[in-house]
Amino acid sequence: MPAETSSKGKYGLVCPLKRARGIKMSSVKFKHRSVGSRCFDIVLYILLGLVVLVTFYPMYYVFIVSISSANHISRGEVTLLPMGINFDAYKIVFKNSRIWVAYGNTILYTVVGTFINVMMTALCAYPFSRPDFYGRKFFTLFVTLTMFIGGGMIPLYLVVSKLHLMNTIWAIVLPGAVSTYNMIVMRTSFQGLPASLTESAYIDGANDIHILFRIVLPLSKAILATMTLFYAVGHWNSYLSAILYLDDQKKYPVQVILRDIVIAGEFMENGGDVSSSATVIATNYKYAVIIVSVLPILMVYPFIQKYFTKGVMVGSIKG
Amino acid sequence: MKKSAGMHPAPLAAGRKPLTRDNRSQVWRKIKKSKYLYLIFLLPFVYYCVFQYAPMYGILIAFKDYNIVKGVFNSPWIGFKHFSKFLSDPYFWKLARNTLLLNLYNLFWGFPVPIILALALNEVRSMKFKKVVQTVSYLPHFISTVVICGMITNFLSSTGLINQIVQFFGGKPVQFLLMPQYFRTIYIASGIWQGAGWGSIVYLAALTNVDQEILEAAMIDGANRWQRIRNVTLPCIAPTITIMLIMQMGRLLSLGYEKILLLYNGSTYETADVISTFVYRRGVLGGDFSYGTAVGLFQSVIGLILLTVANKAAGKLSETTLW
Repeated sequence: MPAETSSKGKYGLVCPLKRARGIKMSSVKFKHRSVGSRCFDIVLYILLGLVVLVTFYPMYYVFIVSISSANHISRGEVTLLPMGINFDAYKIVFKNSRIWVAYGNTILYTVVGTFINVMMTALCAYPFSRPDFYGRKFFTLFVTLTMFIGGGMIPLYLVVSKLHLMNTIWAIVLPGAVSTYNMIVMRTSFQGLPASLTESAYIDGANDIHILFRIVLPLSKAILATMTLFYAVGHWNSYLSAILYLDDQKKYPVQVILRDIVIAGEFMENGGDVSSSATVIATNYKYAVIIVSVLPILMVYPFIQKYFTKGVMVGSIKG
Repeated sequence: MKKSAGMHPAPLAAGRKPLTRDNRSQVWRKIKKSKYLYLIFLLPFVYYCVFQYAPMYGILIAFKDYNIVKGVFNSPWIGFKHFSKFLSDPYFWKLARNTLLLNLYNLFWGFPVPIILALALNEVRSMKFKKVVQTVSYLPHFISTVVICGMITNFLSSTGLINQIVQFFGGKPVQFLLMPQYFRTIYIASGIWQGAGWGSIVYLAALTNVDQEILEAAMIDGANRWQRIRNVTLPCIAPTITIMLIMQMGRLLSLGYEKILLLYNGSTYETADVISTFVYRRGVLGGDFSYGTAVGLFQSVIGLILLTVANKAAGKLSETTLW
């Protein structure tokens, strides 16, 4: 994590200096600097406090509206705290079978899709991490080229439809099976494993398949967890592939239902003649649907946070 | 980046003779030695062929009159007819203008924010506060586009949060999402709201590599914190900034049309309709595959040219390039 490494690096090196500064405490110059530095700190903390506020408040607002009573919402009284707390909106959400079916679909797509993603990414990354992979240069080019050029929306759509994947789970999970970027991150991680491990396994007569599944993957749990979480969040939030490749309403994932309720509902409100009380229930209800759909993400978020920078490593394309 | 670029050649396994001559039998032996690696690579290879390279072959239909029954290969060639058709269509130029402006504004406003945030976070001494800011500002990255757009449409509706604030200050409620002049602002501001925290991670990682000794030297020389940021820290992370800028330039024309699809409507096409959304409407919904592909291809070619130019320019200016 950037935060931890930076704190170590910073304090490991700065501390002795601070002591040295302490000796020179009497110098007037230092005191001057310290005032400026304090002003700097004040501006800094106000700025970052604003960042936190602006980022956090909209999410918090969605939550408090979802549990407030319709009357308070319509009068615009819900600002800092929920008013007239009730869970009616959630009751309506839980009664909606369409949402449940979509929820089930999303879980299915996420589990199957993530499994395929992680498996394929590992299978692709391992050969590239081996220096004796003959033709590695060519294959590296073959793979990384796809990061810069691609067929585009419609040719891919035609391939998916030619393979008769339309309206099946495979249209959702296969076209993005390997993210080249993630593959490179994983390859770099595999390269970090001590070469002696694989070498001794070779001497013992193991082939590369054994080495990958018995040695490399068990030792790469951290990067596998990172990839699993990133891919899973991607599937959970995915919307575009569903509207491109699925026609059957029963197969829609939760994001498409969410759009129908939260966004399309809104446009109806603009154009149609909806009585005001119905609109307010809708507001309440919409925010409850949002919360229900975001909940799993919020639950895994503390775990993802542990693995941030591993997944965000830039570059290493040149390999 | 350079650090991780070179793959350290691992020592050859015991019993493997170093290969000196490149004759045919030795090539064959090398291939045989890698046979299990090829086996492992087989599935990913098939994936890349089917879902990455087959669509590239499908680009051919941009130059053909594509017919589903005849397929890509047997459809008749028509050359650049689609291209000349949309290049002479004034609506295409409106699309091109919208795409370019939306992306340029997005780059202009969105690119510096994560850098500023990372620099600010780097100056925070209280680790607890830093952790709070990071936790909160990374979170929106994990929220789906649909939820973000749902929040936007509801906050901006006639009775929504923003209009409540407008009315509180005595203004009249505004139908933001129905007015083309607000679309770009909404798109870019929400993008910054969602992505700035996450974008700062890359720079924070780069900031951990800044040489502390130079900073100390600057401090002893009497540089204040602002001067240290400007003259030491910022130049130190310049290579990372360059790389990120090039990558953004390369993606300049292909930025998230998912969000546009969710936010735009007939009354905001004036500023909101971009090439990708047009390709979706015309190609996927309208079934005009060849024309849609041609328009899409035009966009990716321009995008690729921009990426190459940006990369060249960066190499000339700072010797940091993508490849």
